[in-house]
Amino acid sequence: MNPADTNQDCSAKIDASCRVPLLVLFNGAALWLVLGLALSLFASLTFHAPEQFSCCPYMTYGHAVAAASDLLVYGFVIPAALGVMLWIFARLSQDKLELPLVVFLAGHLWHLGVFVGTVGILTGHSTGYQWLEYPRAADALLGVAFVLIAISAFATFGLRKERELYPSHWFLLAALLVFPWIYSSANVFIVTNHPVRGVGQAVINWWFANNLIFVWLALAGLGIAFYFLPKIANRPLHSRFWALFAFWTLLLFGTWLGIPAGAPVPAWLPAASQFASLLMIVPIVATAVILKNILWGANVKCFGGTYCYIRFGSVMFVVSALMLVAAGCPDFSRTVEFTWFGTAQAQLQILGFATMILAGAIYEIIPRTMGTALPFEKFKTLQFFASVLGVLLLVISLAVAGIAQGKSNFASGAGKIALMVSTTGWLFLLLGSLSLLLNILVMTMKWKLGLAKSAWAAITAPLADSEVKS
Amino acid sequence: MKSGFGVFFAVAVTLSLSWLGFVVAPAVQLGSAKQTTVLISGDTWPQQRTGEATLGQQIYRANGCVACHTTQMRQDGIICDVVLAKPGKNPVAVTNLLSTLKLSGLTKDQADEVSQQISDKGGTAETHISATGPDIKNDWGVRRSVAADFLYDAPVQLGNLRAGPDLANIGARSASSLLMQHLYAPRSINQASTMPSYKFLFDVQKIGDAPSPDALKDLPKDAAPADGFEVVPKPEAKQLVAYLLSLHADVPLYEAPFTPAAPKP
Repeated sequence: MNPADTNQDCSAKIDASCRVPLLVLFNGAALWLVLGLALSLFASLTFHAPEQFSCCPYMTYGHAVAAASDLLVYGFVIPAALGVMLWIFARLSQDKLELPLVVFLAGHLWHLGVFVGTVGILTGHSTGYQWLEYPRAADALLGVAFVLIAISAFATFGLRKERELYPSHWFLLAALLVFPWIYSSANVFIVTNHPVRGVGQAVINWWFANNLIFVWLALAGLGIAFYFLPKIANRPLHSRFWALFAFWTLLLFGTWLGIPAGAPVPAWLPAASQFASLLMIVPIVATAVILKNILWGANVKCFGGTYCYIRFGSVMFVVSALMLVAAGCPDFSRTVEFTWFGTAQAQLQILGFATMILAGAIYEIIPRTMGTALPFEKFKTLQFFASVLGVLLLVISLAVAGIAQGKSNFASGAGKIALMVSTTGWLFLLLGSLSLLLNILVMTMKWKLGLAKSAWAAITAPLADSEVKS
Repeated sequence: MKSGFGVFFAVAVTLSLSWLGFVVAPAVQLGSAKQTTVLISGDTWPQQRTGEATLGQQIYRANGCVACHTTQMRQDGIICDVVLAKPGKNPVAVTNLLSTLKLSGLTKDQADEVSQQISDKGGTAETHISATGPDIKNDWGVRRSVAADFLYDAPVQLGNLRAGPDLANIGARSASSLLMQHLYAPRSINQASTMPSYKFLFDVQKIGDAPSPDALKDLPKDAAPADGFEVVPKPEAKQLVAYLLSLHADVPLYEAPFTPAAPKP
């Protein structure tokens, strides 16, 4: 047996150890993605027919859009990112996933939390804080589930056979550390019975929102991209120094963004945010340099394959971060503050960057952990093009609507045409996401069927001669 | 970084800095805020809401109104107008002086200087301060929102998006009947509005012996119920409107001064 075979054998074992926990995380995530996009589409239809749902409270814009945004982030992005992280950790450790049963249970807990939270928002039990709308019961479930999954990830990392630390490690480990901190802080300070008094609530809410949507997604998404891109392009990440620089500066400056310039809070808070958004140019440039070094001249043919997904996603990160910096510039912020531009940036971060990278990674991982090819390989390509079209339509139309609003000083009906166009963006994204759900569901069904068949075969098999009493 | 400890260190240092800055410091600085005093009148601000308005805030939260409405006004600065209050003993000199001076659109320093010149001639001048900025130009309010305005809010819902107008002063620029009609049939008030209609906060019922005193009056034809029926707000609608009417940040404060318009005779 030559060394290469051993390696493949070993990889197959690692992949198999991830199979069940990852199925739990990815199955739920794919379902929530479809539901989240469908709800977003429903919410967006309000701009075409505002009288819809006037009979029943559960689906009006305020309910639907909050539930939809949380489904995209808590339902899809976080569990999908956790699943991909676990697999990357196991692969980089050259060892099996530790505590798979814990992840199996925690995955179910997480999805239960998302379900409880979504029902809570739709029935009017939202907390009223953006990105923290889930009622407390759901928050507790999500918090516990995250910590359990992180324990498995840390165990896999701590017991790694390959001791070297890669840039992916830094970003993903940091993501595992950041979430419990910001989530528990935000919950303790504002979601409890006795929240902080007055606008302190809003400040903490903005801090959390920025650290979740910008920093956490950046850490998870870039960590995953920095694993797959060099691997698929078959060239090293160039360079480790740039990655270290981007990592530190992202954490140092990125965590200070998020307080709007005109907010009714002590002036030093928005000033600190504006200054930090200026400094954010540093990690953005560093990330762009790393991406340029990997992507330019890489000889990879991918027609809607994983590499395409992750390449598009990483480039969209740079664009979304630049939009964030632009929105922090005094003059431009005056125009786009409180407009759809902010929504455009957040959705680019969530759907253009994180979701694209995660979908690409899941398509790469799932066939390996299941040991079979994708049932609908072509749908993967279709999803890529539908999602790219959807993201561009959505983000450009929302940004245009935002600028129209700002330029006209919020005249009634400003940017309405652009908002109507954004609906088509949601439609394409929804159609694309069906492919992921279909692929994962069919694979899971086939696998379960296979298990049942082999169990049945084992039961009905004739006894071996040695077992039969003569 | 060669070990997991380095990553832990990086996260601990950077996130604790931002945590101290944006979580602990505001919690300490703003969490100990107290009522403040209104300029000129000396009243305390803000006033506690009525029970119905406090319940209404929960209706506002539950329906996700914050998704489309901010409740925060921005302001660029202030401009001052100098007005002659009393001509004094030498009205001719004061009038002559006034014709040579620029009296409106001044900065605070310029206004003080002009006032000084007028008082040198024996007249008495008053300085009227007004806030400027796009939000104020939109007639959404008279001054910017300040932290004190939100002292009794739980949850504080400043909002990040204005798909609809800012509501920081909706109570000062609207009336109960108008808000009721707007909730029931938004398009009957503003044809371009994309606000969902909140018909589920109202009952359409047969008119009994006498029309209900709460029933919406003067509904336009396409929003009006059939003959013999009336539209009556449910308690939730009344609470929500009570909350909206309680939103009026229209008193001058030390951190956001302006001269209130003289009450109409």
